[in-house]
Amino acid sequence: MRVRFGILVFPGSNCDRDALWAVREVLGQEGEFLWHQERIPPDRFDALILPGGFSYGDYLRAGALARCSPAVELVAEYAERGRLVLGTCNGFQILTEAGLLPGALHRNDSLRFHCGWTHLRVENPATPFTSLCREGQVLRIPVAHGEGNYFADPDTLAELERRGQVVLRYATAAGEVTPAANPNGSVGNIAAILNQRGNVLGMMPHPERAVEGLLGSADGRLIFESMIRFLTA
Amino acid sequence: MPFRAEVKVLLRPGVLDPQGAAVERALHALGYPGVREVRVGKVVELWLDAADEAQAREQVEEMGRRLLANPVLERFTFTLAPVAPAATPAPRAAPGEPAARSAALAAPAAPGAAVTPPADRRPGREDREAGGP
Repeated sequence: MRVRFGILVFPGSNCDRDALWAVREVLGQEGEFLWHQERIPPDRFDALILPGGFSYGDYLRAGALARCSPAVELVAEYAERGRLVLGTCNGFQILTEAGLLPGALHRNDSLRFHCGWTHLRVENPATPFTSLCREGQVLRIPVAHGEGNYFADPDTLAELERRGQVVLRYATAAGEVTPAANPNGSVGNIAAILNQRGNVLGMMPHPERAVEGLLGSADGRLIFESMIRFLTA
Repeated sequence: MPFRAEVKVLLRPGVLDPQGAAVERALHALGYPGVREVRVGKVVELWLDAADEAQAREQVEEMGRRLLANPVLERFTFTLAPVAPAATPAPRAAPGEPAARSAALAAPAAPGAAVTPPADRRPGREDREAGGP
């Protein structure tokens, strides 16, 4: 069985084709674009991807306007039905703005757009998105964002930590979580957050840009392959 | 009844404002060593029609909560006042028409001019097809 991925396309999305390439050409699954104004039959996809980019030019706040589109209501329905939802970069911002993930992403503490490779320590391998990783494994996956500074109030943060919803943290190549390894000022070096139910993941790094050796790393495949394993098991 | 609201959105205390910190350093560099803290927020100015002031207030409050501010990071306050229909801005100029835009800023609308309907906030590429390769 092949997994059917739906990839949402907003005005300003720019990683939609990379995501489609990753799931279809690299991983041999089915993939299809969904224009954000579409209403898609609820059984059409096994998993949805909200790709990176600058939906609506990041007007007001990154992801704030995109979450008002019909397709994002669909994302909430999919999440309620237990399907998998992966938001990368702008997709993560949209998921927090839509209230599907806790916290928010604001301007990098450096005030700079940060584009480069990061190392990510896997904090929780017991999720549908990281089941092929080991705890403490270090993934090399790039980031490219100006507003990736994850913030949540201390109570929310404590809950996230306690429930294992912090899935990836920025770290050194050796897996040490240090301030210097944090590209954007995120609290607790948080790079990826899972919802409480465990089927919606938001991450600032771009796994779709690290799926082939030619791209400099294939570690992003582990995220997609974990999803595929979960959905076909 | 037409109203004008001014919604002020600021980061919550305790949320680091790197933009404010950069502006603060720049003000120090310009010779204002007395500046102790700068926080940068935004102001959203909007015109709306509502049955009465209570309804207008309720709607602006809701807009602030649902969209204009992100409650995780920001808080908002607003002022609201009734305006004469002539005080509402002229219909928004299409992109690439700076003349019309400056006219909207400069010239008050003619007396008795229709109240401006809320402009569509969506950009004009809505009907672009999302084509697959």
